[in-house]
Amino acid sequence: MSVFSIFPPPASATAGEVDALYSFLLVVCIGMTAIIFFCVFFFAVKYRRKHEDDPAPKAIHGSLPLEIMWSVGPFFVMLVMFAWGTKLYFQNYTPPLRDTLDIYITGKQWMWKVQYPTGRAEINELHVPTGRPVKLIMASEDVIHSFYIPAFRLKRDVVPGSYQTYWFEATKPGRYHIFCAEYCGTNHSDMTGWVTVMEPNEYANWLAGSTGGSMKEQGEKLFQQYGCVTCHVTDREGRCPSLLNVFGRPVVLEDGRSVPADEAYIRESILNPNAKIVKGYARDVMPVFQGQIGEDGLLQLIVYIKSLSPPAPAPAKPPAAAPARSSK
Amino acid sequence: MSTTLPFAATQAQPNYLNVDYGWKSWLFTTDHKRIALLYLFSITAFFFVGGMFAVGMRMNLLTPQGLFDHDTYNKLFTMHGIIMVFFFLVPSIPATLGNFLVPIMIGARDLAFPRINLISWYLYIIGGLVALGAVVQGGVDTGWTFYAPFSSTYSNTHVLITAIGVFISGFSSILTGLNFIVTVHKMRAPGMTWNRLPLFVWGHYATSLIQVLGTPVVAITLVLLALERFFHAGIFDPNVGGDPVLFQHLFWFYSHPAVYIMILPGMAVISEIVTCFSRKAIFGYSFVAISSIAIAVLGFLVWGHHLFVAGQSMYASIAFSFLSFVVAIPSAIKVFNWTATMYRGSVSYDTPMLYAFGFIGLFTIGGLTGLFLATMAIDVHVTDTYFVIAHFHYVMVGGMVMAYLGGIHFWFPKISGRMYPEGWAKFAALVVFVGFNLTFFPQFILGYQGMPRRYAHYPPEFQVLNVMSTAGASILAVGYLIPMIYLAWAWRNGPIAPQNPWRAKGLEWEQSPTPPPTFNFDRQPVVTEPAYNYSGEEEEEVELGG
Repeated sequence: MSVFSIFPPPASATAGEVDALYSFLLVVCIGMTAIIFFCVFFFAVKYRRKHEDDPAPKAIHGSLPLEIMWSVGPFFVMLVMFAWGTKLYFQNYTPPLRDTLDIYITGKQWMWKVQYPTGRAEINELHVPTGRPVKLIMASEDVIHSFYIPAFRLKRDVVPGSYQTYWFEATKPGRYHIFCAEYCGTNHSDMTGWVTVMEPNEYANWLAGSTGGSMKEQGEKLFQQYGCVTCHVTDREGRCPSLLNVFGRPVVLEDGRSVPADEAYIRESILNPNAKIVKGYARDVMPVFQGQIGEDGLLQLIVYIKSLSPPAPAPAKPPAAAPARSSK
Repeated sequence: MSTTLPFAATQAQPNYLNVDYGWKSWLFTTDHKRIALLYLFSITAFFFVGGMFAVGMRMNLLTPQGLFDHDTYNKLFTMHGIIMVFFFLVPSIPATLGNFLVPIMIGARDLAFPRINLISWYLYIIGGLVALGAVVQGGVDTGWTFYAPFSSTYSNTHVLITAIGVFISGFSSILTGLNFIVTVHKMRAPGMTWNRLPLFVWGHYATSLIQVLGTPVVAITLVLLALERFFHAGIFDPNVGGDPVLFQHLFWFYSHPAVYIMILPGMAVISEIVTCFSRKAIFGYSFVAISSIAIAVLGFLVWGHHLFVAGQSMYASIAFSFLSFVVAIPSAIKVFNWTATMYRGSVSYDTPMLYAFGFIGLFTIGGLTGLFLATMAIDVHVTDTYFVIAHFHYVMVGGMVMAYLGGIHFWFPKISGRMYPEGWAKFAALVVFVGFNLTFFPQFILGYQGMPRRYAHYPPEFQVLNVMSTAGASILAVGYLIPMIYLAWAWRNGPIAPQNPWRAKGLEWEQSPTPPPTFNFDRQPVVTEPAYNYSGEEEEEVELGG
């Protein structure tokens, strides 16, 4: 990066859009600053006091039209900034509902663990292909962190007790910074890493080099180990809702509300099952797993549970999910 | 205005300074002017302590690998923030210039509750000493924002002591605000109607509203933090059912309005300086006055713009983004009106006016970069980077500290009865302006390039801009030291000030002797004209817009 370039390297479609918005604001604000500086400078010189005993000038008490003009005028310009910024914000924080490449990230003091569905895992490194929407599902083991990739112009706080997501489509192969942007203790400034953007075929090769079971297989092991399988898959007594074909579809709760069965919902239902009871099922049947399963294990379980719900073959109506939200 | 006092031999007359010299007469005084001076000296001390931490930070950032270890750097920026925000910026203008001038400007003998005023100084000092005690014991490393669950569960530094210090000094702030509100309502001199209040008083009135309504919330938040740390109450820690984002909501519900506590008094000073050194009534008096109140009210509705990336509802973010744009309007109104006041004025370039020019320019940049942060998609990129650091230092240092220095110079003759050396003062103002811009402008660029804040070390490509910033900070430090020296010198050795050296309007210059006697006025002041009546107009003027 050139020292005097004001833009960091852009490596996603989003980056260009944020830069465009930024440039718009720069032009407006530099224009505004120039007008004010010019007026102050011009008045200060033109109306400078020539003699100490110059008579006081005539008072000008104000002008209603001027006041209206300089309050309402800027306000309309600001509405453009507001609308544009809001649209882009929703776009970047709302992943597409299907066909995203999901990557699971756990922040802990002071490192990022990155897990891929294939089972590959790495520390402080993130590999993504170009030309494909990538959705990050982020959790924290301890304090608040923030997963920041300047080249994509994106960050989001990783808040313990919730899942946070954002998505992007990388456009330019290369290596770019990952920073933790939310102060998290002693080695905060070492909680950095690199995102490597690769061409799709190169990426496939890289991903194939994985060892050990896939995230799904690891999740399946946990699913057996914690005994989930007895109630949620093979049980015929109807004590617990089956998890087959649940993920990504709306679930009706005992109070009649319908919520999307997304990652955050699954997580909450594992850690605190009574928080949202599916209609027709009893409370206090399932043990509480709060503090029993680490964030890595939770993510593996979620990948496994996702695999129990293969994507609908027909172009079914997409679930009426609001932007993938997770924190309360 | 008719009753102008004779200029003769002001020093010989008894005034608040020479009435008694014993230390008890200072430490147990209930005179708002003496309490203002107690504040002035203690605040200056805290400014230097906070400044020393900044020196350490800028030295560390000279090189990518840093000079100090991580924990030391983390404590440096934490203590810098805590000292500067809670022990310098919040009390700076209100507790010194406000304390000194609000009663005189409205024609009162003192504040409504003189003893509460003294108590509030003691609370401030106790709170400050407790916070400094935490430094002596090894410091605190949470950042001035104390974000949970790091502060509540994970940090093993002196969070609690620091929080207690901030908590105690919060009451000082509440009591000062309460005192000002009651004083402005009940103690105005005959003829001092709300429409004639100096804008300095309007600004302090708005500030006081925020202090009284907002500060209790941060006090409650700190109590919750203490409960969490001591008893693990489960308010913020998600492992036991708490919500870490709740802390941020509570914290910013105070701390965003607190930003306006830190800037409204600065704006109040600028309104006085611009009119005096343009020898002209303020343009749009009622708009400038009402905009202070509008800022105080709207300031309570925008806290969520600190949480666009923090996991708050995205729909809530829309409302906070919109309101953050709205709150920019009253600030813009002030800037436009100050500029328009100079139109067809009689502008002189005395030191206070130089600081006012600096304020208008730097506050404009600080305010406009706020729009970038209110624009959500840009905020996602630049929040928690140096862009934010640059933005709020343009407002807080470029704005508030400029106004503070401008005000100190403007009222120095009133306070001390002596003149400061004008040449040195102009030179220092220039040094401050240059040093400030060199320090903080590069940080806007650093921020958009992606350098996160609170980094003890950083990738090498950010070094050039950091070196510029450190160089600027060195200049800025010199710029702050020079006034300290010549003002201290002028306090004893400056030429005796005339009654009204700036030929300014206002009760403090026209009807109260310089320096004022203990009860401010020799006879009951009466107000017969609007504020800033430099042209000496007769009463029936058309008040535009109210």
